[in-house]
Amino acid sequence: MSSGLPRPGVHFMMGNFACVEAAILAGCRFFAGYPITPSSEIFERACVRFPQVGGIAVEMEDEMASVAALIGAAYAGAKAMTATSGPGFSLMMENIGLAFIMEAPIVIVNVQRAGPSTGIPTLIGQGDVMQARWGSHGDIETVVYSPSSVQEFFDLTIKAFNTAERLRTPVIVLADQLVGLMWEKVVIPTAEDVEVVERKIMDPRLLSTRPPFDYSVDVNPMPIVGTGCRVNIDSLTHDERGYPTTSQEISDKMLRYLLGKIRNHARELWMYKEFMTDDAEVVVVAYGSTARSSLNAIKQARARGIKAGLLQLITLWPFPSDVIERLSQRVNALVVPEINFGQLVHPVREYAKCPVINVNWAPGSLIEPHVILDAVEVAAA
Amino acid sequence: MRREIRITGLGGQGAITAGHILGRAAAIYGGKESVVTEGYSPYITGGWSRADVIISDEPIDYPLITKLDVLATMYDEGFVQNLRHVKRGGVIITVKELVKHASQDHKVLPIPAIEVAERLGRRIVANIVILGAIVAVLGTPPLESVEKALADRFPKAVDLNRKAVQQGFSIASELLASVDVLEGG
Repeated sequence: MSSGLPRPGVHFMMGNFACVEAAILAGCRFFAGYPITPSSEIFERACVRFPQVGGIAVEMEDEMASVAALIGAAYAGAKAMTATSGPGFSLMMENIGLAFIMEAPIVIVNVQRAGPSTGIPTLIGQGDVMQARWGSHGDIETVVYSPSSVQEFFDLTIKAFNTAERLRTPVIVLADQLVGLMWEKVVIPTAEDVEVVERKIMDPRLLSTRPPFDYSVDVNPMPIVGTGCRVNIDSLTHDERGYPTTSQEISDKMLRYLLGKIRNHARELWMYKEFMTDDAEVVVVAYGSTARSSLNAIKQARARGIKAGLLQLITLWPFPSDVIERLSQRVNALVVPEINFGQLVHPVREYAKCPVINVNWAPGSLIEPHVILDAVEVAAA
Repeated sequence: MRREIRITGLGGQGAITAGHILGRAAAIYGGKESVVTEGYSPYITGGWSRADVIISDEPIDYPLITKLDVLATMYDEGFVQNLRHVKRGGVIITVKELVKHASQDHKVLPIPAIEVAERLGRRIVANIVILGAIVAVLGTPPLESVEKALADRFPKAVDLNRKAVQQGFSIASELLASVDVLEGG
């Protein structure tokens, strides 16, 4: 009998499908969602594939409930995910904050479309970059990965689960319409060759000697429902017993612990690719589908004698500040193309030691290489 | 080398299916890189649909079409609607029975896809006849790779699809050898 696991080998697959196969290999067995284009294929395929591996896919009444269900599933011991697009992502913000303070490892896939609001169903956009980081109220940190190909969508979905499990925190895969819906080659490894991280589980015996949470450690083990860990899990600022508190001192400790889980691991979380940056005088900084246009643009620039390079940011948050700082010290200018009116360009500017040129393109279509090339030529002049 | 192909038809003609077979054949069996993207008109039925296929020996950076090497249209208006995307000297493959337009600037290959498909017993394989013609024009991926991709997708109609793709390939190859026809219009 078939295990239901994806067949290893070379496949020709839609990005949204590859995301589901990756989730299965990462050990995800619970999907809750509310369908929305251009992410709907993730839900559809999860409905078919998850039951084949002993998992569950549930349609919820809305996106708020979807994330709430993921938190519940995570506390029942499952790896859990949802998929949405901009309008649904907005609705999820409240419970992403809940997952953060409750330390629930969950994965949210946002296949971005043109916004604001319901925008243009269903054409491409990259307008959710800042929302992915700052959309939920209060001080939170998110981990956000941005794929530019079907293979990266596959690989980063696995990565997202591993990061979520390791740090017990919500992780976002910020894809876009093109990456979600295009078909490309994807190499699926055997299950044995996939690195899968499992969360540390709390041993109930621990509770007889100490409170459940220790804000001085890196990441606390997770109490799982039904294992005898009678622990209060609260959305309110809570002390080391898990109970609500208004103490400024404890609030400070709790927040430093929660934020520190991501901030202290930022360098390990940063993923990026460099193309022709060794001798580059102008470097394009791009992410998602825009990185594909940018790669084309820098090749054209090279053909015209301009020393251009590409820094493809894969981890958008925590922002790879050192990478920008280092690179910007040896180039004349950075060019930041985005399918929005200026989002990731802001942290780039914050850390860059050289001029930064933003190239903005209205949502609805992929930014064309000639637009980036124009900016590279201006920067090089 | 990077090749760009658009296959367009009206809902139900199988243009997108043909595009997926081509992309799969190139990527899985042809040793190439390929990207397939889809487009639809805002109708539920009866509107146009299209598959854009990019095939390359190298990893593909920009994944959308720039100038088409080959346009295959299975409806008359598709010719006019997409003509501006075809590069000078590019090839336009048409379903002969349905497309009456011509162009001075391009090579036009009218393929009697419906006649061939009906002779094979199933009009539904007209898209596969067109697919065979596309492969003949491109010279890639190998016809056998397309047959394998077809067999993956339609395991119950292996013979029918093989005949359809081979006949489209032969007809286009003959037309390609005949300069007069290519100049069209």
